[in-house]
Amino acid sequence: MSESKALVIRNLEKSFDRPAVRGLDLTIEGGEFYALLGPNGAGKTTTLRMVAGLLKPDNGSISVFGHDVIADPIAAKRMVAWVSDEPMIYDKLTPMEYLEFVSGLWSVPSDIAERRALELVSWLGLEAHAGERCSGFSKGMRQKVALAGALVHEPKLIILDEPLTGLDAGSARQVKDVLLSKVRQGTTIIMTTHILEVAERMAERIGVIAQGRLIAQGSLDELRRNAGKQDSTLEEVFLNLVETDDADMEFAA
Amino acid sequence: MSAYQTSVAAAHGPLSSGPERSTLLWFARHEFRLIWRDFVSLMTGGKPQRTAIVATIIVTFIAGMHWFAGVLIAPAVADGLGKTIPVLLATSGALVMLFSLMFSQAIESVTRAYYARSDLDLILSSPAPSHRLFQVRTLVLCAQTVSLSMLISSPVINVLAFLDGAHWLAAYGVLVALGVLATCLAIGLTLLLFRWVGTQRTRLFAQIMAAVVGAGFVIALQVIGILLGQGYSRFSLFVSDDTVAAMPDISSMVWLPASAVMGQIGTLFWLLGVSSLLLALVASASSRRFADDALAASSHGEVAVASTLFKGFKPSRTVRSGLRRKEWALLKRDPWLMSQTLQQILYLLPPAVLLWMNYGESSGAFYVIVPVVVMAAGQLAGGLAWITISGEDAHELIDTAPVASGTILRAKVEAVFVVIGVILAPFVFAIGVFSIRAAIALALGGAMASASAVMIQLWFRSQANRSLFRRRQVSSRAATICEALVSILWAAAAGVGLLFAPFAIAPIVLILIVLGIALLIRPQREA
Repeated sequence: MSESKALVIRNLEKSFDRPAVRGLDLTIEGGEFYALLGPNGAGKTTTLRMVAGLLKPDNGSISVFGHDVIADPIAAKRMVAWVSDEPMIYDKLTPMEYLEFVSGLWSVPSDIAERRALELVSWLGLEAHAGERCSGFSKGMRQKVALAGALVHEPKLIILDEPLTGLDAGSARQVKDVLLSKVRQGTTIIMTTHILEVAERMAERIGVIAQGRLIAQGSLDELRRNAGKQDSTLEEVFLNLVETDDADMEFAA
Repeated sequence: MSAYQTSVAAAHGPLSSGPERSTLLWFARHEFRLIWRDFVSLMTGGKPQRTAIVATIIVTFIAGMHWFAGVLIAPAVADGLGKTIPVLLATSGALVMLFSLMFSQAIESVTRAYYARSDLDLILSSPAPSHRLFQVRTLVLCAQTVSLSMLISSPVINVLAFLDGAHWLAAYGVLVALGVLATCLAIGLTLLLFRWVGTQRTRLFAQIMAAVVGAGFVIALQVIGILLGQGYSRFSLFVSDDTVAAMPDISSMVWLPASAVMGQIGTLFWLLGVSSLLLALVASASSRRFADDALAASSHGEVAVASTLFKGFKPSRTVRSGLRRKEWALLKRDPWLMSQTLQQILYLLPPAVLLWMNYGESSGAFYVIVPVVVMAAGQLAGGLAWITISGEDAHELIDTAPVASGTILRAKVEAVFVVIGVILAPFVFAIGVFSIRAAIALALGGAMASASAVMIQLWFRSQANRSLFRRRQVSSRAATICEALVSILWAAAAGVGLLFAPFAIAPIVLILIVLGIALLIRPQREA
């Protein structure tokens, strides 16, 4: 399996009370910025949680840069960083202590980790709060600390689940700039978002998931072409795809 | 009327016009509905199908407690209980202990009323008069405080009423008066804390105070009893001849509450009248301030942001050392959690005093000290293991790290054992100075009790927020019961093992059975 492929998912299935992901196939190239869109409950987060090793699939395979997530989770996790919409950080640690802890988990040598942490704290505008405990931080600051934690071990694949939810315009801009910069350096990013404008502006390819299946993917132009809506916005294309899929599912039922 | 409104009206009757009708009753109905649902959910673990089983267990437990109270009390009341100094002293002692418990619970409940944000935003932003809500909440707090002490003491009261006469039922009235008094004092204290230490620190101060008052008073009684040479029992002070001799005359005002418990109706009404008057005054005075204080509390979620000087990253050692350091830092920086966890250490104070009093003398004290310390170690280990294993605030970070889950759990368990070791070591050394055998029993018993408690926490681990530490018992009653049983049994094993080592086999066999049951009923994890 070629290591140029950041993520290869084949026939992925996961059910809870009802099927959440059904036979999903997805391939993402290294260095790509990929946006995963879909209505609520479509299976986006479940899919990404399986990639990050937070959920075990019922069926199928996931490979991250050639490492099988199920057979060799440690090797796969070494490549990956996960950032959720609710940043999970320690209230009683400072951002620098948090980054030191994360670096330890990923076995980054302390001198390298410290240099990267200082850069990230500066890059994300957290210098003034680097020595304060995170308990009083706003949602935006917490999200930035979590993002710094995701970047401090320099992962090859960053998975972000709704990273811009609840951020003010300034913080959202900073986070977007950091992500684009990482992609330019060769990092692969997969992001779910409900803010279609963000996907439209940032992602090279967009995938649309509905009812646990990938129903369309490609660049924005490709999606427009396939939907037969050349001058449409992503919102119109997305709604058209999702509604068509709903109708197809109802028809099939 | 919309289709939704029509369906709601059909199901529940016409929608209430809300606060305009009768604010006090309307709020009361709202509060009691929430409390009832919370109680049912708490008892059934959110599974309504368990209601019948839970009700059966409760009824059986209550019947068992009455039987046990009967066994204990029957010999004492065989000749009838007259109004004598020893009886009044013992009754007063019980009331003082219950009052400390009620006061502790009331502080905790009052603080929660100010800081629980679930519905305050809605109510305070509505045009309904919020002081009415606080008046209702004050009454609810009183009811909660009283009901706990009634629950605890009802077997004794009922058995006394059955065996010695119905006049003992007046004790329920005294408990109501004391519960109201405790709640009023707790509200007053909280308001004072708001003024003195500010809204940011009130919650922390109040919660630590509640923990210390709850455990501290009973422990203080034990310590005083030991110091005066009256034995280890927390009740010994109230039944000793020396204390009885030092007490005032039977006509003294000191005996008013105890006299009311024994059926002096005039005194009972006087106590109820005073406490009701106090309640009316406190509810009226504090309810107007409630909205302001609750809003102030909501704008300060945490104690002022603490800073830590950055001294550079420590050289990388192992992943486990980083995890252990993190656990200790989080525990050290959370005074509330530490006060809740290390509350167990308070219970080590009496054996420590007993050890000090008997230092260099007979070895009889070991049979008391060793089991108590072993049991405390088990309970402490269980609490710490829950915090580190289940109460992991960033579990997704840990789960996505390239570290084997076994390594993570091992580091967390090590973090617990180091804390337990630091606490146990002084006791082991102090005892070891004049009895190596007792020191070995303590070290082995403490280690095994801790290991068993940690093992149970590992089997029953779940994801939870650290702030839910106080409610951890509710999430898994099976784990709580197993943990308590193994701690008690290891204490027994250490105690009887000291007398004659082969005797320890019996409790150890029971421990293995309890652990086996825990292993069988542990929740299944996703493969």
